[in-house]
Amino acid sequence: MKHERSAAYERVRAARSKNRYTGMDFIHNIFTDFMEMHGDRRFADDPAVVGGLGYLDGVPVTVIATEKGRDTKSRLRRNFGAPNPEGYRKALRLMKQAEKFGRPVVCFVDTSGAFCGIGAEERGQGQAIAESISEMMVLRTPILAILIGEGGSGGALALAAADEVWMLENAVYSVISPESCANILWRDPGRAAEAAESLKLTARDALRLGVIERVVAEHSREPSLVFGALRGDVAAWYDSVASIPADALTRGRYARFRKLGVTNENSLA
Amino acid sequence: MSIAPLFRKPNNELEKGGRHHPTRPEYDPGITRTCPECGYGNPVSGLWESMYVCRCGYNFSMTARQRIAFLTDEDAFTELFGEVESVNALEFPGYTEKLESTKKSARESDAAVCGTAAVGGSPFAFFAMEPGFMMGSMGSAAGERITRLFEYATERELPVVGCTVSGGARMQEGLLSLMQMAKTCGAAKLHSRRGNFYLAILTNPTTGGVTASFAMSADIIIAEPGATVGFAGARLVEQTVRKKPPPGFQKAETLLERGFADMIVRRSKQRQVVSRLLEMHARRTRV
Repeated sequence: MKHERSAAYERVRAARSKNRYTGMDFIHNIFTDFMEMHGDRRFADDPAVVGGLGYLDGVPVTVIATEKGRDTKSRLRRNFGAPNPEGYRKALRLMKQAEKFGRPVVCFVDTSGAFCGIGAEERGQGQAIAESISEMMVLRTPILAILIGEGGSGGALALAAADEVWMLENAVYSVISPESCANILWRDPGRAAEAAESLKLTARDALRLGVIERVVAEHSREPSLVFGALRGDVAAWYDSVASIPADALTRGRYARFRKLGVTNENSLA
Repeated sequence: MSIAPLFRKPNNELEKGGRHHPTRPEYDPGITRTCPECGYGNPVSGLWESMYVCRCGYNFSMTARQRIAFLTDEDAFTELFGEVESVNALEFPGYTEKLESTKKSARESDAAVCGTAAVGGSPFAFFAMEPGFMMGSMGSAAGERITRLFEYATERELPVVGCTVSGGARMQEGLLSLMQMAKTCGAAKLHSRRGNFYLAILTNPTTGGVTASFAMSADIIIAEPGATVGFAGARLVEQTVRKKPPPGFQKAETLLERGFADMIVRRSKQRQVVSRLLEMHARRTRV
């Protein structure tokens, strides 16, 4: 079977691994004095999305992360990191606050996708994602998104409409899960590995497609090295964008996404 | 029975818009299309006049060109950006062939037809998605066309009216399709920021990445009766929560009840409603 030989699908497995670091690990290892803020002020608090304030080298930062949970109990509580509309609305509320107080926003994304639940649909999952993307495009403060595990389609993009998007070496980013893709195309979820190759979902692929700016090395997944390096990189990123006027920032953000896509009129650089 | 012969007309003529409905005598009155809701065999010859609505109220799917013809003034539609086409950038297996065969069967070059139009004399930028083109899925070309349309409308202070029908982002273009969500959202947002009006008409089905981007970003959202509008497909939801979704799940009527659509407008009224809304949003010079 192709299953064993697929490098892309190995990345999918690594990204989904239960032993992998989660959103909260990044928050606590990169920022200091983190305080979590809850609720979307409309309906509920979604435990699948963690948001709050922390310091990065003395600079207050609004931090948002999807959180899958560590053990069975917390995974259930966190809905395995699949946000409901309230999660996106909470994130957006906090981002608007960051804009108000001139704080940068850093998002850590690790989700198989927005939750496919009855209530989620009834409370406007599609609308919540659309609003989050639209508002992020014009948010007048710097935004950095880091994909740390699974980047599941619109549910991930809703927290990644940023000035720069980085991906960890073993993270994946895809429009659809390889299983669903194989199911739709060949009516055979068993061909997921093949689909994973075709979807071009690895960090290297995303870099080549211009979808991300940087691949973050994982040093054989030694967490302390990853966190340490990332702390420095995030701080350096903020230094480089802190003085950019808001108009130029949002113009640049739109231009970043505006150029993405390949048609008969352009080609991959 | 195929209704394809009805619409086999040269593209350039259709693109002018304001097309007359097909002259009926050519068609065999015996040819019918069965309504999936009530089982009634609708004579194909009468479908255009009934705007593809069954006597029970069921809405048959309509092509982008049919939408243009019934929503816009005669000869008022000028197509834009039709030259932008999808390519198999990821070398996805079978996609090149699929694109070629779809272009022939749908007689469109991609899933979104854009242009300028007018209704009741009010000019606007218009897009209609094509259900026959890979289920109206959004890849780089559809995303680029819609983005350009919003940019075009922003420059000229034109309102945008769009009819959506889509299975979502096109998986054969992978991440490039996903990025079209951000691109179109950004373009729609900038259009909005400049005080321009955007009206979306959500038709059956509007799902996935299209719902979660420009479809839900409109100032006013009209849904067609009975249309399915949602993010995740109902089957996927059922598999995920192992529970049957309630009756009316993701239907236009439920959307209205839950506050995610402004109004439900049947096809026979759409032209009038669009025309009036455009009039009400005519740009005035601010004092």
